[in-house]
Formats: sequence, structure tokens, C-alpha cells
Amino acid sequence: MAGKRKNTDVYTPKFTLKEAKKQWVLLVIGAAFTIYGLIFYYAPLVGWIMAFQNYKPKKGFLHSSFVGLEKFKFLFSDDAFIKVIRNTLAMGVLNLVTTFIMAILFAILLNEIKSNLIKKPIQTISYLPHFLSWIIVTGILHDALSSSGIINEILMNLKLIDTPINFFANTAYFWPIVAFANCWKETGWNAIIYLAAITAIDPCLYEAASIDGAGRFSKIWFITLPSIKPTIMILLLMNIGNVLNAGFEVQYLLGNGLIKSVSDTIDIYVLTWGVGNMDYSLGTAAGIFKSVVSIVLIFGANALAKRAGEERLF
Amino acid sequence: MKKKTSTADKVFVICNSIFMILFVVITLYPVINTIAISFNDGIDAVRGGIHLLPRKFTLKNYSVVLNKQNMTTGFWISVLRTVVGTLSSLAANALLAFVVSRKRFIFKSQLSLFWVITMYVNGGMIPVLLLYKNLGLTSSFNVYWIPGMISAFNMLVLRTYMQGLPDSLEESAQLDGAGYMTVFIRIISPLCKPVYATVALFVAVYQWNSWFDTMLYNRQKTSLTTLQYELMKLLSSVSQQSGSATNMSTTGSSGMVTPTSIRAAATVATMMPIVILYPFLQRYFVTGLTIGGVKE
Repeated sequence: MAGKRKNTDVYTPKFTLKEAKKQWVLLVIGAAFTIYGLIFYYAPLVGWIMAFQNYKPKKGFLHSSFVGLEKFKFLFSDDAFIKVIRNTLAMGVLNLVTTFIMAILFAILLNEIKSNLIKKPIQTISYLPHFLSWIIVTGILHDALSSSGIINEILMNLKLIDTPINFFANTAYFWPIVAFANCWKETGWNAIIYLAAITAIDPCLYEAASIDGAGRFSKIWFITLPSIKPTIMILLLMNIGNVLNAGFEVQYLLGNGLIKSVSDTIDIYVLTWGVGNMDYSLGTAAGIFKSVVSIVLIFGANALAKRAGEERLF
Repeated sequence: MKKKTSTADKVFVICNSIFMILFVVITLYPVINTIAISFNDGIDAVRGGIHLLPRKFTLKNYSVVLNKQNMTTGFWISVLRTVVGTLSSLAANALLAFVVSRKRFIFKSQLSLFWVITMYVNGGMIPVLLLYKNLGLTSSFNVYWIPGMISAFNMLVLRTYMQGLPDSLEESAQLDGAGYMTVFIRIISPLCKPVYATVALFVAVYQWNSWFDTMLYNRQKTSLTTLQYELMKLLSSVSQQSGSATNMSTTGSSGMVTPTSIRAAATVATMMPIVILYPFLQRYFVTGLTIGGVKE
């Protein structure tokens, strides 16, 4: 798939008045979208000033007093914030790894089913959870994991436990539950791109391997996996930058007071302090921290991607 | 030698089948179970043991849910934001993609970069909230469609598709005297129908399932809250008291519904529109994701 990329686009006409006059429509539309982008996507960046101020809504940016790095110092001396960073990173990485493995596994195994009559319906079913909102998914999870829910029912019937487990009162269960929820929701959806990559593999490779007496396992291991490796790498690197963004909806909807210490993430911290307690400066500071870490992760991932790309060339 | 591989293959097929059956069961069971409970008599459901089919069939849960004022208002707001949000976002993304995919456009790489940056850098929750407040977007329907109209990801999907169309189409139309807008509306857009459908689907799902923006910006205004948000309020109000759910049967229009059954009915009502539609749109999102994966 990576091989399909084209290097068109190299040609750009020089900026001349004549050329500009010819394409004034494009310039006007482009300018309109730039203004729109400046307002809705870039203007909020100006608000980062608040993190260095003791911002008072009545005074505004211009008249609020500057406090330097005081808000950041407060953040890093706050035990709750340190825990929140740990939770966000831990859940982000756990989710990334589990959803990745599940999607690749599912794609490979589904591809081994030769009959379209079975394959297609399974695939259609596998997309279903992606279309449900997190509200619905967490609601369903709450029911399934409640004391009278299906999971406790199964465990009791198998005589593995005597009394129902209260999954949402024990800190040990929360991270796995979140990882499971993500896998449940996105495995089928994420597998789409791998299935497309697998379909693009030259069937001759498999035929040749069969003649050499290769079984299914060796075909998967020596042909399928290496063939989709570029796709896996690209998606992995693209997702690393989003690790910190995976920490809001599920945790907010599934968490509760009993397990706050493992369920709260940076975004929830921002929501509690910034919106709940109206401390805009602190909320902004925590938000900046998250953005900066994300950008570092993206650049790190890109540097790695470059290296991986070079490796692929030779 | 040959026999050995075939037994290994048999083991593989059996394991694979077990995996797939488990996968399908785990995916479908919670959904079917919720549907079964939603059609079951509330008091009867408290006894437990309802799995795939309702035991004591009733439509009462649905009539209670559909008669709740906030749910019906929420439904219409959700429909409206999905329609308005999808149409405006598709038009805006397509137009922007058209501009940056023109080979002759002087600022094409700069304008692309300007939007790619927005995928990674954003001001964060608080500055955005203050901006919307200052622009008068909070407590208003406009917050659902104006601020998020452009999605750089969708724009790139559209751009990639448009770049793949032959240039000669545009050139010959221009020889006939067509301007850029005519080329966009008459020539490019008809050819982009499949990718337009993809992007429209992505946006529509996002719009229908959004709840956080409602909570953050429009919580105070009950006439503007969405279905997902109302569902969240319903679910969280019950899950906090789930221990006492047994003796909390709702009186009023009927004495036979419980919070659990109401919750199930509301959940099913909220997910149904998308669950019914998505199987027919499969080929669109499959192509869309494949284009998106090779972007940049």
C-alpha cells in the first residue's frame, strides 16, 4: 500500500500577478478558509497565555497578573496530577497495544476463512460496535459487569467465585476493563485497513509456498505478516501521537469516586479544575502539558518512521 | 509429510472457528441482550435470566421513553445537528480539498500544511471554551456545526481522491470557458460521489454520537441538548442507584417499568438509526479508510 504513493504535486506555478488573476477564485476561497482556521483552530493557542497568569475572567488577558511558571509548579507538586499522568500514559499504551494486536489478529484470522458466505457476515458484525457511542458502550459494560450481570453469572456458574465481583469498586480491574472496552469497540473497524493490505498480497506467493509444503502457520508467519508490516508500522507510528488523546470518554463515563486514583486522566483533571472549579489558568496549564507531550511523541514517532522507512528501502 | 500439514491445518481451522464464534458472540450478545430487556416487562426482568429473547413481551418501555419530553426534544436536536453538521462539513471540506488539490494553485502546499497542523496542535479545552463563549457560540445550536466544520483528516481523504482524477477533465472544461466553481460543481463533484459518501458517513456518525460538546457548551439550555446527552443523564442517574433499582419501579403512566428496562429501551432507541443504516454503507467506509491510510 505504501508503494502506491505518488510524487505528483511537485509542480507549483510561480507567484505572478497574471497567475494570481487567473486563479482569483481559488485565492478568495483559500483566504476564507484561512480566516476560519485562524479563528477556530489557531486563536485558542493565544489562550495559552492564561497558563502563565492568574487569569480572572473579569480582567481578561490584558489585565490579569502574570505569575510565571507558578501554575506549572503547582501541577507538578500536586500528587493527583502525577497520578493522572501515570493513568493517562498507562491506559494510552495499554489501549494502543491491545487494540493493535487484536485488530491484526482478527484481520489475519478472518482472511483465513475462505467462504465469503461466512466471512462477510462476520465482518459486518465486527463493525457494529464502532458505530455505537461511548455512552451506549459504557452503559452496556456497566450492565454486563454489574453484580447481577452476565460476567458474574458466568463466573458463578463455573464455580470460579462464590460472591459476585464488584468490578467498579476495585482499582485493579479498571485498566483492563478500559482496554477491553476499546478492543470491543474498535477491533473490527481497525482491521479494515489490514484486510485491505492482506488482499493486496500477490497470491503467487502463497501458491509457491504451498508447493514448498508450507502449512497455514508458516504462510501467515512468513508471507502475510511481513507483507503487511509496512501498514502496521505506519499505523503504529500515526497512533503513537494520539496516545494521550485516548484518555477521556471511557474513563469519564466508567470511573467513579471509589476508583478515581486509577481512572482520572489529564483531560478529566482539566475538566475538574478548569470547568468545575473555574480555575482557567490551571486547566490551561494542564492542557498545555498534554499538548507538549503529544507533540514530542509525534516528532519522536516521525523520526522513528523515517528510520523505519530507510530500513525498508534497503 | 502431506498428512502432517493437513492435521495441523485442521487444528488451525478448528481454533479459528472457535475464535470467530467467540468474537461474534461477545460482539453481539450485549446488544441483543439489551434489545431483549427493552422489550421485556420491567418487573419481570428484575428476576434476571433474560438473555436473547424477551420473556414477557411489552412495548411499554418504549412508550414511556418516547413520551419523555427531553428524549423527543433530544432526538430532534440530534437529527438536526446530524443533517446540518454533515451537509455543511461535507461542503466545506470538499471545497477546501478542491482548492488545495488544484495543480496550479499557488499556495497549495502552504494551505495544506496550515490544516495538517490543526490535526496535531490545539489550544485545549479551556481556551476553546472561552473562545466559544466570547463568540456567543455557547448555549446555541451553532456550536454543533460551525466550529468543527473542517476536519483535516476528512479533507485529506477528499484531496487524495481528487488528486487521483485526470487533469484533462479540468483543462478541457476550462477551454470551454468554465470557471473554477463550475469545474468544482459540475465536473469534480459528480466524480467524487463515492468519497463524498464516505466523508458524509464519518461526519454523520460523529455528529449523532457526540455528547461531550452538549455537556460542555449547552448543558444549561434544555431545548438544545442532544439524544446522547439525555441518554447519558438517564444512564448515570440510574447506575448510581443501581443497588436499589429493584424497588424503584416508576409510577405514573404505568407501574410496570423499571429504571433498567427504561434504560434498555432508551439505549436501543438511540443506537437503532445507525445500526440499521451502517450495513448498507459498508463499501463506502471501507474505501474511505483505505484512502485515509495512505494519506501524506
